[in-house]
Amino acid sequence: MSGTLNFTLKVWRQNGTKDSGYFEEYEAKDISEHMSFLEMMDIVNEKLEAENKEPIVFEHDCREGICGSCGFMINGQPHGHKSRTTTCQLHMREFKYMDGGTIVLEPFSAKPFKVLKDLMIDRSAFDRVIQSGGYVSIRTGSAPDAHSIAVEKDSADKAFDAATCIGCGACVASCPNASAMLFTGAKVTHLGLIPQGQTERYSRVQEMVNQMDSEDFGHCSNFGECTLACPKGISLDVISQMNKDLLVSQFKG
Amino acid sequence: MRFLQSTIGLKILMAFTGIILVGFVLVHMLGNLQIFIPFQGISGEAAIDKYGYLLKSNAVVLWGARSVLLGAIVGHIFAAVKLTNRSNAARPRKYELHRWFSDSYAVRTMRWGGVLVLLFVIYHLLHFTVGVDAALFTEVKHCGPLEGGAANTCFVRENVIRGFQQPLISGFYMIAQVALGLHLTHGVWSLFRTLGFTSQQWSERSRILAMSIGGLITLGNIAIPLSILMGIIK
Ligand code: HEM
Ligand code: FES
Repeated sequence: MSGTLNFTLKVWRQNGTKDSGYFEEYEAKDISEHMSFLEMMDIVNEKLEAENKEPIVFEHDCREGICGSCGFMINGQPHGHKSRTTTCQLHMREFKYMDGGTIVLEPFSAKPFKVLKDLMIDRSAFDRVIQSGGYVSIRTGSAPDAHSIAVEKDSADKAFDAATCIGCGACVASCPNASAMLFTGAKVTHLGLIPQGQTERYSRVQEMVNQMDSEDFGHCSNFGECTLACPKGISLDVISQMNKDLLVSQFKG
Repeated sequence: MRFLQSTIGLKILMAFTGIILVGFVLVHMLGNLQIFIPFQGISGEAAIDKYGYLLKSNAVVLWGARSVLLGAIVGHIFAAVKLTNRSNAARPRKYELHRWFSDSYAVRTMRWGGVLVLLFVIYHLLHFTVGVDAALFTEVKHCGPLEGGAANTCFVRENVIRGFQQPLISGFYMIAQVALGLHLTHGVWSLFRTLGFTSQQWSERSRILAMSIGGLITLGNIAIPLSILMGIIK
């Protein structure tokens, strides 16, 4: 059949957090090149279910690249080799070059990211980092008048870029130190650069860095793997911004 | 929050101690390149010998500088070891397959390159500063009166030439300079990021600066053993 591909999937299977885990191989046959990676996984799982075997567990939700739940390692890279793409938005035509070959699938690996099952990990450490940032003191209630708070164009753009982080964890997964600095930096930057985020700016960066460290993520070596792995292309500058804010916070009492 | 216990605090410590060390390495190289200045007069001293004596003549300045450098090295390595341990613990399950996105050699050699540089620094100090002869396969002449007893000097030029005429010693020095250069092509760029120079311009500027410093240090320092091996300086 034209336009179909065949692969062997070498998949990490792990039955719960206590299991030690192992690799198993599955055949993915007659895969349309127009399918997304997750659709291919669905086909493989349907076959497994038909054979009364345990389907491969992976996380997914929106399947449109915005919720951030679908990441795992595909051939040694989070969300696969295509840049700025989540696994759900990755199409099988990107794998034409390795038709007939083996694709290795394993969960993101970091101490705070416990494997829940197979390819699904617990990313709640990210939630706790965000929670530690606390509240922002802004006037709520009636809607503010347009332009009542002036935001510099450059800051608005940078804050917006940082805010596109979907919290998928690819940065941690690709980092040789399993560092969460791109994620935390994005969160620190998107509030820190706009006027609405100024009141708690310096206490927030301390709290968030503290939480990030106590979750046992690694440090940043400025290798830059994270920004290349990030499906949103979050810039390494957010880490530098966080470093600067933390340094400044030491002199703000 | 305990700033210096945080991952970022430790990196900032590495960056500041790194700056001290880079500054030293640059000045040290310029000092060493004086070996290329020819002898003055018939029985005059070599420029580098005078310079060596000058450095050693004021004990307060000498030991002051040594303390700062020792402090910087200790702080730098303390942070490097702490962060490396943390990093290893942060990924308990190694990937079956891990492909890097970038192909920079410098970033992957930060740790082993750093260790090589440390071994080099120890050997280098034993060689020229302490002057342990036999163990290091060469002989070192300590500072003292010039022939005829007129004035005190240090026999830097003679010691350097005698040491570097041995290919094994020269070879090790040259390999160490490549390691140091690589360490700095990533390190100098990285320290600007660590210290919060965020903009695109700074990113580009610091990359150029890092490449230049790394290259300069490697080439400048290699020039000396190489010239001696090739008989250009004798
Ligand atoms: C003596 C043995 C040395 C060891 C073991 C060592 C180790 C390291 C390591 C592991 C890093 C990277 C840390 C990370 O981000 O993961 C680093 C960074 C760095 N090193 Fe060294 N290093 C040594 C010597 C030196 C020397 C002699 C210099 C300067 C001439 C230097 C300058 C730097 C700089 C500038 C950085 C970047 C700091 C930053 O990223 O903010 N290091 N070193
Ligand atoms: S499933 Fe939501 S980003 Fe992929």
